[in-house]
Amino acid sequence: MNLLDVENLWVKFPTRQGVFDAVRGVSFTLGRERLGIVGESGSGKSMTGRAILRLIRPPGIVTASQISLEGDDLMVKSERQMREVRGQRISMVMQDPKFSLNPVMTIAQQIIEAYRLHNKASKSEAYAKSVEMLEAVSIRDPERVMRAYPHEMSGGMGQRIMIAMMLIPNPEILIADEPTSALDVSVQRQVLSIIDKLVTDRGMGLIFISHDLNLVADFCDRVLIMYSGRVVEVCDADKLRDAKHPYTRGLLNSLPRLDSPCGKLQVLTRDPAWSDAPSVSGRV
Amino acid sequence: MLNLDNLSVWFGGGRDRVDAVRNASFCVNSGASFGIVGESGSGKSTILRAVMGLIPNWSGTISVDGRPVDKKREKSFYKVAQMVFQDPYASLHPRHSVDQVLGETLYLHGFSDIDHRVVKLLDDVGLGAKFRFRYPHQLSGGQRQRVAIARALAPEPSILLLDEPTSALDVSVQAEILNLLTDLRIKHGLTYVMVSHDLSVVGHMCEKLAVMQDGKIVEIMDVETLRRAKASHPYSQELLAASI
Amino acid sequence: MTDIQTWRAWLLTDTPTSRRHAKLSAVYQGWLSFRGNTMAMVGLWILILLLLIAFAAPFIAPHDPFAQNLGNRLQPLWSDDHLLGTDSLGRDILSRLIYGARITLYIVGLVALIAPVTGLLVGTVAGYVGGWTDQVLMRITDIFLAFPRLVLALAFVAALGAGIENAVLAISLTAWPPYARIARAETLTIRSSDYISAIQLQGAGAMRIITKHIWPLCISSLIVRVTLDMAGIILAAAGLGFLGLGAQPPSPEWGAMISEGRRFILDHWWVATVPGMAIFTVSLAFNLLGDGLRDVLDPKDSEK
Repeated sequence: MNLLDVENLWVKFPTRQGVFDAVRGVSFTLGRERLGIVGESGSGKSMTGRAILRLIRPPGIVTASQISLEGDDLMVKSERQMREVRGQRISMVMQDPKFSLNPVMTIAQQIIEAYRLHNKASKSEAYAKSVEMLEAVSIRDPERVMRAYPHEMSGGMGQRIMIAMMLIPNPEILIADEPTSALDVSVQRQVLSIIDKLVTDRGMGLIFISHDLNLVADFCDRVLIMYSGRVVEVCDADKLRDAKHPYTRGLLNSLPRLDSPCGKLQVLTRDPAWSDAPSVSGRV
Repeated sequence: MLNLDNLSVWFGGGRDRVDAVRNASFCVNSGASFGIVGESGSGKSTILRAVMGLIPNWSGTISVDGRPVDKKREKSFYKVAQMVFQDPYASLHPRHSVDQVLGETLYLHGFSDIDHRVVKLLDDVGLGAKFRFRYPHQLSGGQRQRVAIARALAPEPSILLLDEPTSALDVSVQAEILNLLTDLRIKHGLTYVMVSHDLSVVGHMCEKLAVMQDGKIVEIMDVETLRRAKASHPYSQELLAASI
Repeated sequence: MTDIQTWRAWLLTDTPTSRRHAKLSAVYQGWLSFRGNTMAMVGLWILILLLLIAFAAPFIAPHDPFAQNLGNRLQPLWSDDHLLGTDSLGRDILSRLIYGARITLYIVGLVALIAPVTGLLVGTVAGYVGGWTDQVLMRITDIFLAFPRLVLALAFVAALGAGIENAVLAISLTAWPPYARIARAETLTIRSSDYISAIQLQGAGAMRIITKHIWPLCISSLIVRVTLDMAGIILAAAGLGFLGLGAQPPSPEWGAMISEGRRFILDHWWVATVPGMAIFTVSLAFNLLGDGLRDVLDPKDSEK
């Protein structure tokens, strides 16, 4: 049963030099699985995530044959209806908690606000639920964190708080846009394992957007590789090493590896045919 | 080539003093490539900036090319040591074209055949003459970093300090820049001190590395030790385990 | 047609071939951005018109602005030979308005030259050098900021006599502190950038860094601020003229004209209102221009 069905998604931006296509004909489905979208900057991966939530404002133009959330087409919804979808049914965690948490409100105020936006609850109920949520993301002293401000939190804590906030309304799908890129290596593991646990426990679908191919290969079930707005390859995460498309192979080979030293790294030579070829469908 | 003895760097004074680096010592031979790894806040970038004279409060000894440096750097120091910064989007002046950036650098170091050298520098870093008059917003991240490297090479230094030169770049661009750095090192006989949080990059580029935690160097090891994951200090082992 | 096409392509290119080419290209693209803003273009046209009027005053003014005709005083609008009527001494208001444009531009030009330049110098030096220099310069700035404009103008008049130059001086002396503050704030932000560190590593001295690296980045916000302040400066000069502290009679300065017409405002409203409308229009034009410039020059696109 597909949670999300995206078909033929296009995102265009009119500029002085003509129309720029950020996302070109991307199609994929998402079940109760972890789907990774990998690409470099400019590949359109973040745009895809935002387009699903209809977060792209004019002059950006988003068109798709459908973006269905359990059969419900998001493209035909009004802005008001989308507001009920965002957060409640599809949530998004972004890269840097410094920029996504309000610096002038305490953590308690923000989480409680997020909760009460989607649930009718008294302040004390919301407070209890928030503390529960913070414990679920392995924050050891949730009461103290509730009283604190975002700038007092480290990057890893901030990201965990974001995840708690985003999962409080119990969404069906979580879109994580480079959630660990701003974090230190040791903290990355922790945050990923928290996301892993929560997604599995709640039976959610996860779209994990990243530029880190290895990370996505470890963490996700299926991977979509994007280049220049198109999906160039779809494969199962454990079969990533056997990827066929020259771009994917090029990406894998151009990474320096501790276990196989080499004098010079393989440089990716871009073939214009990759961006001209039609998008590979990730629909199951 | 570079010798650090008990280097301590701090910010602020009195009660607000923050010790960013504490008693760091290491030695880099001429022509070698030395890495410094650690997490954010470990003080690795601070060491580089202190060596370059960008931070005023430090104690200990810094010797470059056998000569200890004073509190204030002389101009001759900058002909020997140069630095490449982390963020290519912040290290070029937004209103200066590539030609102005390189031309000014060459002018300040007293070169006379500036035109000729600018073209040669651009060739050296793999950009052609057609990039010469572009402004930074017309360049990609990798191209900007190449310009930053060209700027660092303009005074013909012997040692290059690299502060996470590829962490803000895409994977494919990273490979190009790392290859460029390798080539330049061989071609000009440079010494590198490279800071990174990415162990595989350091493993690829360096022969020896120091692991830093909270301002202290906890271990100095060979790259072979790194590859075989045989670190001695528990923190280094943790770092290695998290990176694989 | 093809010539223009090739010119356009040359100016919009991504690979300039020389310094001049790169600069022209940057200016052209800025111009295209500006041109897209209709209101800003309106402001620009009004100001161009003002300049032309001031320049061609002797040729387009129908009468001598100083010629009195007491038999013809306080004629209403649309009277024959006097499109905008006459004032209390029978002088043609339209001609006085036209010649008054010159005075307005004179005041505006002088203040725009003195105040922001002083502010830029003080602010950037204070911001870059820091320490005691910063403290001293900022305290001096505070002192000038605390002076009420009119009190200073009165002091000048008492000391040096009334006149338009003294009015300009008084306005400039109280107008420069905000520019110094803006320049200093920008300098503090810029000072910690990597590109400043990089040029310090080439052995550049403070003078070079301030003039060649910091000023180009401060200048755009200062230009925007100046155009937005122009309205206030015109009004300040008008206010001083109104009080008799600026342009002296029979000078056709717009503020002085309002002052003279004040007595007749109930029965002969146009004598005061027409110069007032002129001031309003020019102030509005400067505001629109400033808004448009801010959209173009504001380095929001200076990062990625």
